[in-house]
Amino acid sequence: MNQNNIQASIDSIETFGLVDGPGIRVVVFFNGCKLRCKYCHNPEMWTKKENNYTPQELVDKIKRYKSYFKQNGGVTFSGGEPLLHSKFIIETAKLLKQENIHIALDTSGVGLGDYNELLPYIDLIILDIKHTEPLGYKELTNLEISEAEEFINELNKSNKPVWIRQVIVPGIMDNKEYIDSLVKYLEKINNIERVDFLPFHRLGREKYISLGLKYPYEEKNEMDKEECNKLYKYFCEQRENSK
Amino acid sequence: MEQWKNFNEGSWQKTINVSDFIQKNYKQYEGDDSFLSPKSAKTTKVWNKCEELLKEELEKHVLDIDVDHMSGINAFDKGYICEDDDVIVGLQTDAPLKRIVNPFGGIRMVYQELEAYNYKLNPEVDKYFNAYRKTHNQGVFDAYTAEIRKARHVGLLTGLPDAYGRGRIIGDYRRIALYGIDFLQEQKKKDWDELKGPMSAKLIQLREDVSMQYRALEEIKQMAATYGFDISKPASNAKEAVQWTYFGYLAAIKENNGAAMSLGRVDAFFDIYINRDLEAGLITEEDAQELIDQFVIKLRLARHLRTPDYDELFSGDPTWVTCSIAGVNDHNEHMVTKSSYRILHTLTNLNPAPEPNMTVLWSEKLPENFKKYCAKMSINTDAIQYESDDLMRPIYGDDYAIACCVSAMRLGKDMQFFGARCNLAKTLLYSINGGIDEVKKEKVLDDFEIMQDEVLDYDKVKEVYFRAIEKVAEIYASAMNIIHFMHDKYAYEAGQMALHDTTVHRYMAYGVAGLSVVADSLSAIKYAKVKPIRDEDGLAIDFEIEGDYPQYGNDDDRVDDIAVEIVNKMSSELKKHKTYRNAEPTLSVLTITSNVVYGSKTGATPDGRKAGIPFAPGANPMHGRDKSGAIASLNSVAKIPYGNCCKDGISNTFTIVPTALGTNKDEQIINLANVIDGYFAQGAHHLNVNVLNRETLIDAMENPDKYPLLTIRVSGYAVHFNRLTRKQQEEVISRTFHESK
Repeated sequence: MNQNNIQASIDSIETFGLVDGPGIRVVVFFNGCKLRCKYCHNPEMWTKKENNYTPQELVDKIKRYKSYFKQNGGVTFSGGEPLLHSKFIIETAKLLKQENIHIALDTSGVGLGDYNELLPYIDLIILDIKHTEPLGYKELTNLEISEAEEFINELNKSNKPVWIRQVIVPGIMDNKEYIDSLVKYLEKINNIERVDFLPFHRLGREKYISLGLKYPYEEKNEMDKEECNKLYKYFCEQRENSK
Repeated sequence: MEQWKNFNEGSWQKTINVSDFIQKNYKQYEGDDSFLSPKSAKTTKVWNKCEELLKEELEKHVLDIDVDHMSGINAFDKGYICEDDDVIVGLQTDAPLKRIVNPFGGIRMVYQELEAYNYKLNPEVDKYFNAYRKTHNQGVFDAYTAEIRKARHVGLLTGLPDAYGRGRIIGDYRRIALYGIDFLQEQKKKDWDELKGPMSAKLIQLREDVSMQYRALEEIKQMAATYGFDISKPASNAKEAVQWTYFGYLAAIKENNGAAMSLGRVDAFFDIYINRDLEAGLITEEDAQELIDQFVIKLRLARHLRTPDYDELFSGDPTWVTCSIAGVNDHNEHMVTKSSYRILHTLTNLNPAPEPNMTVLWSEKLPENFKKYCAKMSINTDAIQYESDDLMRPIYGDDYAIACCVSAMRLGKDMQFFGARCNLAKTLLYSINGGIDEVKKEKVLDDFEIMQDEVLDYDKVKEVYFRAIEKVAEIYASAMNIIHFMHDKYAYEAGQMALHDTTVHRYMAYGVAGLSVVADSLSAIKYAKVKPIRDEDGLAIDFEIEGDYPQYGNDDDRVDDIAVEIVNKMSSELKKHKTYRNAEPTLSVLTITSNVVYGSKTGATPDGRKAGIPFAPGANPMHGRDKSGAIASLNSVAKIPYGNCCKDGISNTFTIVPTALGTNKDEQIINLANVIDGYFAQGAHHLNVNVLNRETLIDAMENPDKYPLLTIRVSGYAVHFNRLTRKQQEEVISRTFHESK
């Protein structure tokens, strides 16, 4: 395919991402996602819109921030779901590699299946664990858990370093049973360098309202940060024990 | 010489050359902050007393005023905080926080100041300044033209130092410690003898200056003697070095009430003396920290008497005791010493505070440990500003310091004529409104016609705007020449200039406000459709904008280039005018807190900003318009050229919420250090860093008692949040806080 024809629909570019991967990162938010997670705080990126970037245009923009990347920063492809744009990301990554820029992929692992082509270009995978059980997964995302497992298989083959993220929603994940299941679930994934718990927050609510959508977690309170820290401590202990 | 024992020799021993002394003797430090000591018992006692006094001052706004004496180097009795525990001594008057009356700038200003706090001037002083002595202010108004008065009246030029001290002069106070007063006097005497030739006005003026400097040195010596110190000879140990240097600074703030009375650069200098005493076993680390802590306490108590109008402009009682720290020398070796740490450590020992204005001269070559320590202290205290040493060093060498917020000058070799700033946004409105002020409805600029266009045309507006800039530059340059001629004549800073070389390089420091407003306004006119809404006189009082336009602060060249073009135009116009004493014209993009007052005096602008709304401070993008993230915002500001254009500084204030800097403290520290490195690598000049939540500020505004120490950086200086006016607090809260998505 002629690379000039490749374009992608990008919602926005955050030039100062410090919580989506190591160091200072430019975070590219792609439009389009197959999941409909109830806690999603970027619902405006669910559907694809008009293509607005070529790989070269995106790289030109990213290069402007190179002096901030230093030893560990770089680019994070996020969204939406970046896996829906694998061809675009491959072409972009080729150009970024010429600039020696580190590339992270922030994903739920639900894309188009062409993962073995994409993964060689990625330096770090930030994988969002939605739920460890089929029923819970379906209830939360409206899709089957097997979709994500296909990605995990390819990820293990690639041997790439992985950071795990788990949103903690009160009433669903804030119990020892779930944490125990998470410990077990993560045993299936190789090269995990880091695990973060993100306490559920309601900051996305305004976006739903302005999009004319019903906020799915209207009745849910935010996750208490202290409680979340305690759970994380418990998780670390259990994980240590299971080794 | 006994006092110089164990110091490495150099040319500094023959002629005045503090820089050579430092380079031959300072010792780099690359370790971390673990060596630092807590405050001593004495310091604790002194600081507790100060905290009580500061609390009382905050309630009354002014603790006390000495109405019986006039400002002067040796005009006041000695004073102490706690006589037995003051390790470094000396106060401006005979009691802490008691303010000086300085009528040399203008006597009417003094009346306003005293009236505001229900004080009355001693009739003797009053009579003297009414019957016999002319003031700087009177001199200026004798010479001002009608158009300068008008420009001042409508707020086209604001904050001009025509009724108070111009400040922004840094005496090289270290000279007293290294050489003693006698040697400095000898040198001045020698210079004076050599100032010969046909007696031109220029030569006569210089001879008079040097004579005044000589006498001022004598006064400094006598003032120190009232505290029981003989400073005629060099300091012989660390305590004396700090004390002698402080006497020099103290003389400056007894004599002058300039807006910014900055300290200079003392970290490597003090460190040399401290090291010598530590190595000789004369002092411990705790003693060393005690010296620095007590020195800093004294700096924190510096006060000047101001009018309520002045406070509205520069809120929070700032004195800009700017203290430049670290940097790199001309051989690319960093100048971080243990005393760089000790000075910043006062923010821990004595809690965060706005003064001294901690200014780190940042370079990519600073040791990683020090970068991390700075970042940590920024996150903890919000009290540090950063300026690019890599940008300034090639121009000023390795012994310069910052005056006020962003003005670099070589110590003892450069001085500047402070010029506040002119309002770029108002100038733009004049070009649309035929030179008539949109608020006061008075004609300010001649030869301009009201634009009749239904939709503003970019090329036409730009052409007329640039013509307006030419006219404003002419008025501004005239005002500055008059002000500084009269300042030298009626309020010469003899004490500070005595601590300079006799032949100094002078800068004429112009400034602009409203840069982001005009850049966005011109961008709106160019890329969207802007229709003026006119009143019955045909003046544009508001604007209707159809469509989007690129906004400054998003790293978008389409608008950022406009900002660059404007400052280049302003700078080149100002440079066309002859200056008093052949000063070199420079320009700053800095507003301090005056962006609020500037905004309130300016009508609606074509960018969509409504009448009276504050400008963004300094070179910052307008609040909330920098939507592409913090770094895109920084990149836009980094495009404003320093060197040949805005050589007097480009101020940027950056506020980020802690969680957006990283998930834990260690990450936050490294990320912040990388942000500063990255910003300066783009050729940027200055960065104020605040790491805090908007909610904290809102809570602090409603419940000031809960946050007695909350310090934040505004444009170019730090301030106790509680000391800002409500309007300024609201403006700070409305600024962009960079968050994570």
